[in-house]
Amino acid sequence: MPQFLPKRFNGRLIVVEGIDGSGKSTQISLLAQWLRLRGYAVAFSEWNSSPLVRETTRRGKRKEMFTPTSFSLIHATDFADRLERYILPLLKAGAVVCADRYAYTAFARDAVRGVDPAWVRNLYRFAIKPDLAFYFKVPLEVALGRILGGRNALKYYEAGMDLGLSRNIEESFRIFQGRILVQYEAMIEEMGFHVIDATKSIEKQQREMRRIVLREFGRTRPPEVLGMEGMIARADA
Amino acid sequence: MPAPTREPLTFYRTPLPGVEISELQGKLIVIEGPDAVGRSTQVRKLKTWLEEAGHAVLDTGMARSALAGKGIRQAKEGNTLGPVTMTLYYLTDFADRLENEIIPALRAGFVVLMDRYIFSIMARAIARGESRAWIERTTGFALVPHQVLYLRANVKDLISRVVVGRGAFDYWESGLDLGFGRDMYDSFVRYQRRLIQVFDSLSTPYGFEVVDAGRPVEEVFAALQGAISGVLTPGRAVKAPRRTKRGKRPPRRSIGLAGRRPAPLTLDPPSVRPSSLPVPE
Repeated sequence: MPQFLPKRFNGRLIVVEGIDGSGKSTQISLLAQWLRLRGYAVAFSEWNSSPLVRETTRRGKRKEMFTPTSFSLIHATDFADRLERYILPLLKAGAVVCADRYAYTAFARDAVRGVDPAWVRNLYRFAIKPDLAFYFKVPLEVALGRILGGRNALKYYEAGMDLGLSRNIEESFRIFQGRILVQYEAMIEEMGFHVIDATKSIEKQQREMRRIVLREFGRTRPPEVLGMEGMIARADA
Repeated sequence: MPAPTREPLTFYRTPLPGVEISELQGKLIVIEGPDAVGRSTQVRKLKTWLEEAGHAVLDTGMARSALAGKGIRQAKEGNTLGPVTMTLYYLTDFADRLENEIIPALRAGFVVLMDRYIFSIMARAIARGESRAWIERTTGFALVPHQVLYLRANVKDLISRVVVGRGAFDYWESGLDLGFGRDMYDSFVRYQRRLIQVFDSLSTPYGFEVVDAGRPVEEVFAALQGAISGVLTPGRAVKAPRRTKRGKRPPRRSIGLAGRRPAPLTLDPPSVRPSSLPVPE
């Protein structure tokens, strides 16, 4: 059985994946900006951002109530809400939807948390197959250097503290991210990721992404894909 | 004849990480059926009856989890809950109750009386056009209950209960999110008819015991009592782990209510909060 539902819509779905600190969020926002300048109607969706589910996720995290299974399910609920209410209608309308993380994030993280991999794969079977999935490949130490050097304090679940890997939050984060990296690497071929070398300069990575997008979408906007004019006209109507 | 008791408990498909099945000494009894069939009334009566007989009872139902109950109620108020999102939100709620309330209660030897189980989640998803294979696999981490009692009624019975008992049709119970009909009544009839069809189709594969719910409350109650008695040894459901046929004593980490003598009649079981349940270290 195929992993995802085939896309039957006019729009395009581009997703970025990689461990924390791989630089994927920077790259997808640069790409979205560039696509807008090329006249595409672009929308954006971020992992774990559904307003419907937010309070529940917050409660679960604050009180450390999650088990691997309920953690997996609340993220799938969040994803389903964004898909049903936002991503799917926009793809039908012909927009380019850029997603910062997709179901692959769940495949990697939930497997590390000990959830049955086949069960998680089935869980996300309602998802739409992306047109392009970029994977930002980066050695663990490079990514850790980017994150741990920053000002943001690590959070409990983000560092995988629920797994009891280490009592030291930084050490736990290292081990957790290392295991997620292994999961991602194993998915590259199976999921058909476009691998971007995330140790290169931001500019070089972006050039590579744009080259791939031009190759896949063509140099001019395909007629079925919604342009900026379309969005404006619709908003005015 | 009631279905034979399945011991020990097992998972349908995908075992939950970290759960030792052999520790689960209680009984898991599920009351299923469509909206307005009278489930909650029966669960209430059964709980009193079981407690009088000395069983410690945990009763729990949908959207009552500490984690997701409030979120689900809020999401339903907005009427913007998509079918897959709704399915997964309810499943999150179910997982939280299973791991934090139901399994600890079973470990402690309680009778767990469930007002709805995965079958309602499955029926709602399938009635809304989701794939049956998908939802069956997704709910595969549920425990196989000792008994599933399916309260079966016709749409006509449900309608009279809704009109007499509640005075109005409910948005979600009428399937208005997908609009099965031109108004609430039409939509209710079509949606509930579809739900009943799905429940019927689950009946054999999942071993439901069908109870005719188109009868007066007391008759239905008597039928349920008879069925449940077949699964419980009166007054002895809360019991010490017995020697198994192989002569091995199941590991016993849990506490409390287990003992040779029948549990006292005055047991005061917790309402539904997991914190009040005796949980092993």
